[in-house]
Amino acid sequence: MKTINFIFRVHQRSNLKRYRFFEIGNDHYYADDYADEAAVRQVTDQCYLEANRTLLEMIRSSNGKFKVSFAISGLALEQFERYAPEVIESFQELAKTGSVEFLATPNAHSLASIYDEDEFVIQTKLQTNKIKQLFGKMPTVYANTALVYSDEIGESIAKMGYKTIMIEGAKHIMGWKSPHYVYNHAYNNKVKLLVRDNKLSDDINYRFSQWNWNEYPLTAEKFIGWIKMTPPEDDFFNIFLGYEALGVLNNKNSGIFEFFKALPYHAIEQGVGFSTPGESAAKSKPIDTISVLHPMSWADEEKDLSAWCGNELQNEALNKLYSISKRVHLCSDLLLKMDWQRLQDTSHFFFMTTKHYSNGMIYAEAIPYESPYDAFMNYMNVLSDFMERVNAQYPSSIENEELNALLQTIYNQEQEITDLETKLEACKEKTVKRVLKPKEEKVPMKKKITATVVKK
Amino acid sequence: MKALMFGWEFPPHILGGLGTASYGLTRGMSLQPDMDITFVLPKPWGDEDQSFLHIIGACNVPIVWRDVDWNYVNDRIGSKMHPDEYYQLRNGIKYDFHRIWTNDLGCIDFSGRYPDNLLEEISNYEAVASVIAHSRDFDVIHAHDWLTYPAGRFAKQISGKPLVIHVHATDYDRSRGQVNPDVYRIEKEGMDSADHIITVSNLTRNTVIEKYHQHPDKVTTIHNAVEPLEFINELHKSERKDKVVTFLGRITMQKGPEYFVEVASRVLQHTDGVRFVMAGSGDMMDKMIRLVAQRGMADKFHFTGFLKGRGVYEMLAESDVYMMPSVSEPFGISPLEAMQCGTPSIISKQSGCAEILDHAIKTDYWDIAAMADYIHAIVKYPAMYEALRKNGLEEVNAITWEIAGQKVRKIYDMVCGR
Repeated sequence: MKTINFIFRVHQRSNLKRYRFFEIGNDHYYADDYADEAAVRQVTDQCYLEANRTLLEMIRSSNGKFKVSFAISGLALEQFERYAPEVIESFQELAKTGSVEFLATPNAHSLASIYDEDEFVIQTKLQTNKIKQLFGKMPTVYANTALVYSDEIGESIAKMGYKTIMIEGAKHIMGWKSPHYVYNHAYNNKVKLLVRDNKLSDDINYRFSQWNWNEYPLTAEKFIGWIKMTPPEDDFFNIFLGYEALGVLNNKNSGIFEFFKALPYHAIEQGVGFSTPGESAAKSKPIDTISVLHPMSWADEEKDLSAWCGNELQNEALNKLYSISKRVHLCSDLLLKMDWQRLQDTSHFFFMTTKHYSNGMIYAEAIPYESPYDAFMNYMNVLSDFMERVNAQYPSSIENEELNALLQTIYNQEQEITDLETKLEACKEKTVKRVLKPKEEKVPMKKKITATVVKK
Repeated sequence: MKALMFGWEFPPHILGGLGTASYGLTRGMSLQPDMDITFVLPKPWGDEDQSFLHIIGACNVPIVWRDVDWNYVNDRIGSKMHPDEYYQLRNGIKYDFHRIWTNDLGCIDFSGRYPDNLLEEISNYEAVASVIAHSRDFDVIHAHDWLTYPAGRFAKQISGKPLVIHVHATDYDRSRGQVNPDVYRIEKEGMDSADHIITVSNLTRNTVIEKYHQHPDKVTTIHNAVEPLEFINELHKSERKDKVVTFLGRITMQKGPEYFVEVASRVLQHTDGVRFVMAGSGDMMDKMIRLVAQRGMADKFHFTGFLKGRGVYEMLAESDVYMMPSVSEPFGISPLEAMQCGTPSIISKQSGCAEILDHAIKTDYWDIAAMADYIHAIVKYPAMYEALRKNGLEEVNAITWEIAGQKVRKIYDMVCGR
């Protein structure tokens, strides 16, 4: 049976305020709260609430046959908590139906998978824990930022324990292969790859309200008809969109919500089912492997990383940012860590692209800066201040290796303390059992132990 | 197509951007095979490049009939004009200009500069135009800037040929709104009697439409371009500890020099390793020197005085940032020249050239914080400098006078009804 997986990416970018260089060292608040709130409110009103309501209704009226999945970034969840808690509630309501799957994705919608594997792991943990905490389930399928993927990234995702990964159906990788099957990682045959159907996805995302498109208007019947018309062996149709496709990119008057509402009816009528990536992966057999040597993504025509690291401005900013990641990991300052997450948002680097200067990009209007140079300058000013704060905690005069060694010592000592503590605990229990004096005082133990270690 | 152009400056003896633009445009147009340009100048020096056009010096055109023999004429002005041409022009004298003082050849002495009796010189130029209009054959008249509008008008009256005027600047740009009524009158009359008006930017076009009440259909923008620098490979940037930020141009109200000083003061408060240079001269120079002293940064802020010829490009090439905070700039060719030298430019949005440049930084001329921030970014973040340099070079090399010349030709064809 042909099944459709609808997956929506939910992310709210973190806006930086206008940060002049003479504020470096004086002002450590970088966020443009007004812009953040305005954006969250706008998308909440136009998209999230209405779209969630529509999907919920679809799930209920189809008796749970309609299924849907979300990849929500941690930064977005943070912003909802601050500015639009009702969005989280409506997602929770969706989660309760049992027909909704949440995917794992980097917390900050970042490129950590390319630049820093440790950070990638940390961010995944942050996001998945948050998802577990809010929606009660640990994600099992991985959808990286903008579906950035290469064999290497696949390997590190597998190391984190994920067996299913969403990837883009980029032409230069797929060649003649169809995105409608499940594939294997190039050399780890335990890892399954689900491929995004970019044609069908973009039909809804970009072309749905384009009246000069030859298929305009797109109806649910026509859409399901296309899926039905594919060869009988084609099973999986992974439609992966930014959630803004519902209500923002295609506004309410375009009929996008009605289109979705009509989907289950036509699907059931024509024998097409719905599912989630996790379920699809579980019941399918991979037919081949896909090898991706250079990272690919779902961005632009090139389907590579050039939207975020295509010019010298972007490369400089990213390299400077990730040059301090080791030190940030050592810090325990909570505010610093929060800023660190926000600074990794890919949108900062997207604004520095010089690509839309020549070819009219679809998002070009949404860029809040006058030019790529403006975006770069503002970001670098913020980053300079941030780096100063990190250096204040771990001075740059100490070499990374030296610092590592010192920290390793501290870490080892900590390890030793816990080891000794458990030993002591065991001894204590033994003593307690032997002497049978349960009311022995416990308190001074720890102090003593610490003292012994320090002497060492 | 024969064009009669009236200009005021021509390289190598130039005082402002008008001469450079006249040269570039005529050179670009001369690439069209059937284009024949006669360029009238108040006072040519004789070392102008005449390989692609014919220059007539107004100071060698007789306006009062004098009986002089061939050899005498050859002795006097032979190096600048062929005696036969002198006689041909002499046949064009149809009016009595005895009221004007003339020399032994019946010619007027022009200064060719911007003297105090500029209005008198303009009207003398008009007299010369009448003689040329009567004696020469042409299809279209093209007048560059307000100094030559009266001459262009008179030539049109006499010959009945269409007049195109080229607005390189208006008095609104030069005076920050305090226009001189005499200049305004000359400009307005010129525009009123023109068949078509060419402006160097949309900014100027709007001024012409709004302040001079011209019909929008009659006004077309043709942006200026730049000539490739011949000695670009000889320019170099020396290794220096401090970064150099340069202002280059006339130090006058129009160019916004005081904003540059304020920006410098803002940057120097927070940043080391930057020096500021103000190159050029003008009526606000003394005031600027005082302002720099008041801000207490004379050790980091330098004045070079007036720079000429290659000195300009050498200064640009040595700079790390070029800044033009003009309050109102009809076009502004120098940022393009800076970009040719590989120097990133910061220009005001109130400059005409901002309309065609993507890879120059654009800010409002009054936005001192933004300009200071950009200078800091270019100086401190190497990627910013490199990106601006590389993309700027690429961009500016694609802006050529040949394309501008073709657009002018289209307007000629239109006004001539071809």
